[in-house]
Amino acid sequence: MKLFTFFKNLNIVGNVKIALRALRANMLRSSLTVLGIVIGVAAVVALLSIGKGATSSITDSVSSMGSNLVSISAQMRFGPGGVSSDASLYYSDYQNIVSTVSGIREAVPSYSARKTISSTTRSSNASVTGVTANYLDVRSYTIAEGRFIAASDYTSDNQVVVLGSQIASDIFDGLAPLGRKLTIGGKDFTVIGVFAASGSSTGMSSGDEVVLIPLSTAYDKVFGTSAMSNGKRTVSSIYISASSADVVDSVISDSELVLRSDHGLTLDETLPFSVSSQAQALETLSTVSSTLTAFLGAIAAISLLVGGIGIMNIELVSVTERTREIGLRKAVGATQRIILTQFMIETMTLAVMGGVLGILLGSAIAEAFTLLGLITAKITIDTLVLAFFSAAIIGIFFGIYPAYLASKLRPIVALRYE
Amino acid sequence: MIEVKDLTKIYTLGGDEVRALDGVSLKINDGEMVSIMGPSGSGKSTLMAILGCLDIPTSGQYFIDGQEVEKMNEDELAFIRAHKIGFVFQQFNLLPRTDALENVMLPLVYDGTNPKERMERAKAALELVGLGERLHHHPNQLSGGQQQRVAIARALVNEPSILLADEPTGNLDSKTGAEIIAIFQKLHRERHQTVVYVTHDPFTARHTERIIHLADGQVKSEEIVAEPLIANPFRQKDEADAKKMEVSK
Repeated sequence: MKLFTFFKNLNIVGNVKIALRALRANMLRSSLTVLGIVIGVAAVVALLSIGKGATSSITDSVSSMGSNLVSISAQMRFGPGGVSSDASLYYSDYQNIVSTVSGIREAVPSYSARKTISSTTRSSNASVTGVTANYLDVRSYTIAEGRFIAASDYTSDNQVVVLGSQIASDIFDGLAPLGRKLTIGGKDFTVIGVFAASGSSTGMSSGDEVVLIPLSTAYDKVFGTSAMSNGKRTVSSIYISASSADVVDSVISDSELVLRSDHGLTLDETLPFSVSSQAQALETLSTVSSTLTAFLGAIAAISLLVGGIGIMNIELVSVTERTREIGLRKAVGATQRIILTQFMIETMTLAVMGGVLGILLGSAIAEAFTLLGLITAKITIDTLVLAFFSAAIIGIFFGIYPAYLASKLRPIVALRYE
Repeated sequence: MIEVKDLTKIYTLGGDEVRALDGVSLKINDGEMVSIMGPSGSGKSTLMAILGCLDIPTSGQYFIDGQEVEKMNEDELAFIRAHKIGFVFQQFNLLPRTDALENVMLPLVYDGTNPKERMERAKAALELVGLGERLHHHPNQLSGGQQQRVAIARALVNEPSILLADEPTGNLDSKTGAEIIAIFQKLHRERHQTVVYVTHDPFTARHTERIIHLADGQVKSEEIVAEPLIANPFRQKDEADAKKMEVSK
């Protein structure tokens, strides 16, 4: 009841009418002020929506690469001599992990290096990877034509190759690749399978540009001694598919222990290998991407702030211009609070109009990005709510000072103001 | 009834003290019609602003209907302005872009009257000052005299205990001025409205029952007018015409 009387005394409807009349009286000026807020709010909505869209498209593509996946690789170091690693990951490490660590569904060792591959008409430098037959159990590729490397190819060092869709079409000029010959590092290979286009990429290489051969063939016929270190065969990466999401963490820690004992490292020393799960990679990526979104939002917030200062500027001018009106209103009985409310409602009206128009414009910009195929923007309710309330709060914040000045004027001083 | 005792108002202008009011005491009874006269700088406008609760005195006491005004806070002063006082300014001070009716309704917005009653009372007040036909005219569509009559209607609409006017005819020609004084006299005669106005014109002052003479921020003398003049706009007009004819001769 008391609250009701309070709102009745504030006379919201009457004040909104007064505010609209005052704003209409200065149409151009009011429109420009609202425009400042519109741009600010639109920027917040558009940038946050685009940022969120980008975040979810990145995380979607990462999670499409396979679940429960743990990858082990030598830590790369970027130095003056190019990319090098501190320590070599040995084939025996792979064997020890598989025999010791529990919770492993499948494990795949792989060796990867750049080699020249040539068809009769073209040749190019590609990353060639030797893998075992169970590779598809840990990486989500789909065979479009032909078959994948079989266990028999592995045991008999067959010179067969499976290609990504892009490189297959490039190297054979668009001709059907299945059964064709190509040379890898001077050795003849037969194409036995081609992957379906995936469109995804894993940082450095596109999933559609892979060249996969049996690991045994890779060691024995293609890479030779370059795949050896200290007289032992090395691997570039070991991919492990854990038997369930719950054991991913224990697979990681157990694998790390095996690597430490193999390489004679104590627990205090830094492990020169990276052992990470897809979930961790996903987490890192989404953190980076959220930070980026927040950064974009902050830039947008600056424009909203500028819009708010515009409101304050206009209201200060308005208070000065209408000093006599304020004096008169007080002379016929308006209290400080009523004058304060009147001017606050005026700024709030500007801010709310700007907020609504800004949300519409910002959503339209985000939609335009989606329609143009640049990025699939995600307009979420919380973005809209955030943008709208930022506008309202800016209205209140920048409205308070001019409104306070107006309410404090002594009637006679205001009335004599020239 | 209003009463002030030993009222002073001191301004500081560039480090110099200016005593606009220097110990003013006076009493105005209910239903009285009083004028305040004095040369410019005598403090009459300052006195009116304090009587109208538009300004506060530096020292002294001010009672309105027994309430001590100078001790009140801002909200209480606003309440007094809304309920007890009607103020008419020399420059009319109407809100532009707002019609006569809404201008007159303004004080009722602030004293809590409901919208329907506001409308009726504002209409009645405008009829009382002879503007019943011009409710929806904006100030820029009205003559000076008509604007001042809207301002009087606005001052009357909250049925104030006291109607204060600071040089109400100062911006008007003599005929229009007489119309305004005639309205004050009618309110005084028919509704026993307490009226106090400031003027520098002895002829205008002689239309009230009592004249208070101010000089140098002090009351110099009080003069009872035995037979106040009756404002007659038509006679004023004739006199003005006669003067013009004389000049043209």
